Order: sequence, then C-alpha cells, then structure tokens
Amino acid sequence: MMADTPGAMTATGASRPARRAGRHGRSLLWHVLVVIAALVVAYPVLWMIGTSFKPAQEIIASLRPWPQHVTVSNYPQGWTANPGVTFGRFLLNSAIVCAGAMLGNLFGCSLAAYAFARLRFRLRGLLFAIMIGSILLPYHVLVVPQYVIFRHLGWVNTFLPLIVPKFLATDAFFIFLMVQFMRGIPREIDEAATIDGCGHFRIYRYIILPLLRPALITTAIFTFIFTWNDYFTQLIYLNSTSNFTVPVGLALFVDQSGLSSYGPMMAMAVLALLPVFLFFLAFQRLLVEGVVTSGLKG
Amino acid sequence: MSTRGWVLARRPLPLAERPAPGAARARVGIPTRAPRRRRNTSDRAGYVFLIPWFAGLALFTLGPMLFSLYLSFTNYTLLQAPHWVGLANFRRMFSSDPRYLDSVIVTVKYVAVSVPAKLVIALLIAVLLNRQRRGTGLYRSVFYVPSLLGASVSVALVWRSLFGPAGAADKVLSLAGIHGTAWIDDPRWALWTLVVLAAWQFGAPMVIFLAGLKQIPGDLYDAAAVDGANRWRRFWRITVPMLSPVIFFNLVLELVGAFQAFTPAYIISGGTGGPADSTLFYTLYLYEKGFSDFQFGYASAMAWIMLAAVGLCTALLFRLARVWVFYADTGDR
Repeated sequence: MMADTPGAMTATGASRPARRAGRHGRSLLWHVLVVIAALVVAYPVLWMIGTSFKPAQEIIASLRPWPQHVTVSNYPQGWTANPGVTFGRFLLNSAIVCAGAMLGNLFGCSLAAYAFARLRFRLRGLLFAIMIGSILLPYHVLVVPQYVIFRHLGWVNTFLPLIVPKFLATDAFFIFLMVQFMRGIPREIDEAATIDGCGHFRIYRYIILPLLRPALITTAIFTFIFTWNDYFTQLIYLNSTSNFTVPVGLALFVDQSGLSSYGPMMAMAVLALLPVFLFFLAFQRLLVEGVVTSGLKG
Repeated sequence: MSTRGWVLARRPLPLAERPAPGAARARVGIPTRAPRRRRNTSDRAGYVFLIPWFAGLALFTLGPMLFSLYLSFTNYTLLQAPHWVGLANFRRMFSSDPRYLDSVIVTVKYVAVSVPAKLVIALLIAVLLNRQRRGTGLYRSVFYVPSLLGASVSVALVWRSLFGPAGAADKVLSLAGIHGTAWIDDPRWALWTLVVLAAWQFGAPMVIFLAGLKQIPGDLYDAAAVDGANRWRRFWRITVPMLSPVIFFNLVLELVGAFQAFTPAYIISGGTGGPADSTLFYTLYLYEKGFSDFQFGYASAMAWIMLAAVGLCTALLFRLARVWVFYADTGDR
C-alpha cells in the first residue's frame, strides 16, 4: 500500500523517465536494505553450520562462516562425546517425548475445544475464561508443586511428566486455536448430522475432526517445535544421561567446553536444530502463510 | 515453552469479542419439555467432553497453584513435611536476600529493553516488507526462522561462542575500534547479549504486524497523500493508529514471554546467572532455589510474587490500552 503510493518527489510532476528511474532506484535500495537485514539475521545460523565443518585450529576467532578446510570429523566426535551414551540416544528420546506430546495435545485439546465451540452447558462462560487465563499463566508458578506431585507418583526421571499432562489438555493455547477454527465450520453441517441421528461423539469424530485438519496439523507442528526446544521442563524431570533428550544432552557440552570441543558442540547443535528446520521447510506454507492469515506465532 | 503460540483470528483480541454465554439461546415462548431435555443432554455432553481438561486443570493447574500458595508459607525441602513459617519467606525475599533483589532488577531491565527493541525492529521490518516485490515471501521466511529456533539450546550455544572469548562479535567490534574482551564474561555487557538474542527473534511479532498491515485500507494512504501528508506523517497518523490493536496484542504476548525467559541465560552463564549475577533472571534464581537448594517453600513464594507481577503488568497494559489502542470498527461490536 505504502509502496504503491509514489513518494513525494515523484508526485510533484517529474517527467516519465525520471519517475521510472526513481522507482528503479528505490526498488534497488529496498532490495539492498532487506538483503543486508536478512544476512545479519541469518549470520548466527550460517556461522553455526559452517563452524560444524571446521577443523579445531580454524575455529578460534574466526568470523568467516564457511570453513577453509572442510572436515566432517566434528560429527562423529560430537556423536560419541558423552561416555556411554551416543547423541543418537538423545535424538531418540526427544522423538519419543515429542510424539507423545503431539498425540496428547491433539487428543486432549480437540475434545475440550469441541465442548467450548459447539456445546452449550452451564458455567461455559466461566470455564472458557479460566481456560483463556491459563494460557497467560507462567509455567514457573506450577513447576514446584508439579514436581512434588510427580515425585510422589514416582514419575521423576521418566518421560511421563512431559507427556501425560498434554493428554489432559494443559496446553490451553491449542484449545483456543481449535475453538477459533471450529467457529469457522458451518453449524448447518452439525445440525444435518444431528437430524441424521448422530450423537455428539460421532459429530466430533466424523465431522469436526476431519474438517479441523489444518488446525490439527498446526497444533502438531507447534507442539513438536516447542517440545523439541523445551529445555526447562526436561532439565527438571530427566536426571540420568540415558534418559536425556536433545536439549539436556546438548547442554552437557557447556561443562566440557574448552575451545577444542567447539567443533563437535556446533556439529551436535546443528543436528539438534535439523528436525525443526526440516519441519519448517516441509510446512513452510502452513507455518508462515497460516501465521499471516490466522495470526499465529511460534 | 516460554514462547507460546497465539491466534489473532480475524481481528486481534478475541477475548473481547467472546459472545456472552447463552446469548445464542434465544428464549422464545414457553420452554417445553423437549428442548429442556435436549439442553440437559448437551449439558452432560459438554462436561463429558471436558473430562480430560477438568482432570488436567485439577491435577496440573489449579491444584498445583493452591498447593504452591500453601507451600509459599512453609519451609519445605522434600525430606520433611512442610513446616509453617507464615510470611517469613516473603520477608526474607525483600529484606535479607540481596541476590533476589538482583534477580528482580536484572529481569526488569531485560523485559524493559528487550520487549520494545524486539517490537520496534519487528514493526520496521514489517513495514519494509509490506509491499508487492519479488522475494518478499523468501525474506519473510528468513526473518521468521529465528523465532522458531531462538528458544533452543543450540542457539544459546551459538551465542555463547559468538559473544564469548575471542568470539566473532568481539572481532567485528574491534574492527570498529572497540576492544572488549569476552562480552558474556563482562558483568556490564552480559545481559545485553541476551537482549540482542531476544531482539534477533523479532520474526514472530513481525509476521503478526504484516497481517495487520495488510488490513489497513490503501485509500487511507491515498487520501493522506493527496492532502500532502509525507511518508513520516502517514506512518504516525495512519499506520500506527490503525495497527494499535496489533501492537497491543504483541506487547502483551512479548511481555509475558520475556518474564519467562530461561534457556539462553542458563546456558550462556553455565547455569550460574553470572558473571557477578548480571544475567540472574528471576526464573534462573527460582530454579536455583527450587532445584539446586531444594528450598521449595521459598521457590513457591518467589513463584507467587512472579505471578502477581506478571498479572499486574498485564492488567496495567489492558488499562492503558483504553487510552491509546484504536478500534476502527467498534461500531459492529
């Protein structure tokens, strides 16, 4: 909009070629500006990838993101850097936790969202307000008592504290996301199904869930990315190295980081981000385009 | 985890436009038996569908909150039963724990600088990208990616290296004649490396700003241009007011998120909040009290002060919003 309105100098009746030249110059300036900004933003990631392929003596104090002598030895070194446990174990553990969390959120949140979006019941307004309020609730308020509860259940140092709450729809944000989406599904479809004799569960299962697919995919992706990156919860609940997930395993490099372990550390850091990045590439349209239309942010 | 996702729907602040419960149920005529029975089954169905959510609320949200409120008035170390101490934890926080006050100051500084910095950059880049030129989609993706990666340990490790001893940041700045040593090892600068990291993740609010910018009618700008308003005036008189609901929305989210930042400070300082407690975020100190010192009572008291602070800030923002947030279409509410 602002772009399409010519600037003040062209609006004052400059000749046609001059105006065109002005527009070209402006467009070039725009591209230069944006490319510089993009390079600054991308630099840390490029540096990380490049450094993971650098031999040790090249890493120290090197601005250059790309390596002069490419080596892949950082990867096997980082993979086996922790005695007894390979990085593959961390990746596997993270994958299990993420899969559980995704399933849990899809199950718990879609049930709750159906109730809030489609069913009428007493206290609905109050409960909805509580649900919205719990989105803004800082997790740190809950962490101590939750830890005490999970300790009593004997769940500390298992994946259960990271997965079970999701099945009980504790990530209220995703309920809200699904409610918003369901409001866009025409009620006439439900009514037709009711007339055909469908009960609430069948409407939920056979009508709403299939139509909810985009919101379900968005929920799954964001649950994956949040859980994959989540360090705080996993740091608290996982104690033994064989149970460590990627973030906790990666943090082990902090303790042993002499300058010599920079390469292996960066190699594993790259591996750790790779799934997030691949998810982003695969679902880019859904993430960014979807974000633009529905205003969702990560 | 600290970065939560959000939905804007078509217009920001869907909280405000929530339909009143039961408003849709127009009462026409005398309620006969059939509708009442239907209402009851719907009532029951509603609660049945909410069973998992109720369980989660009781076990993992409301229950723990009440439990933590109780714990905040006790001494509790997991080894013995909680021992009631009244207000002692709160008194200790504000009178005899200088590190606690340090953590408050560090957090306030971080929130007060990183949130506006992030939002200003997000808005500037969004205005820059808001035009039909080749490559905008690609640029938008490049700018968005850091918000997906930023909370990870990987990126914190990168920051640790970039701003560490003889890191790249030091190199760049010494080209400009500024000779620091290691930014993360200097108590004067360590916190600002974290602010830079927060600002780097401007992509998420940027995308929301872009969505908001797309909805500003172009003829407003045309009319203003005809009236002789220059670019600067058009930005302040049209873009900012029309975008104010989105600005407000982003402000609330980023504020709540910034209070909860943990991973970067923890990784970059090696878990200490150092050097000299200069990156001792509130969340870091809470973690230390709870999960290194096992002072669960004290940590719970800290958590409740945090909840009060975040709640108060949010309430204040909502109150102030009445003054500066402009809804163009209040009429159709």
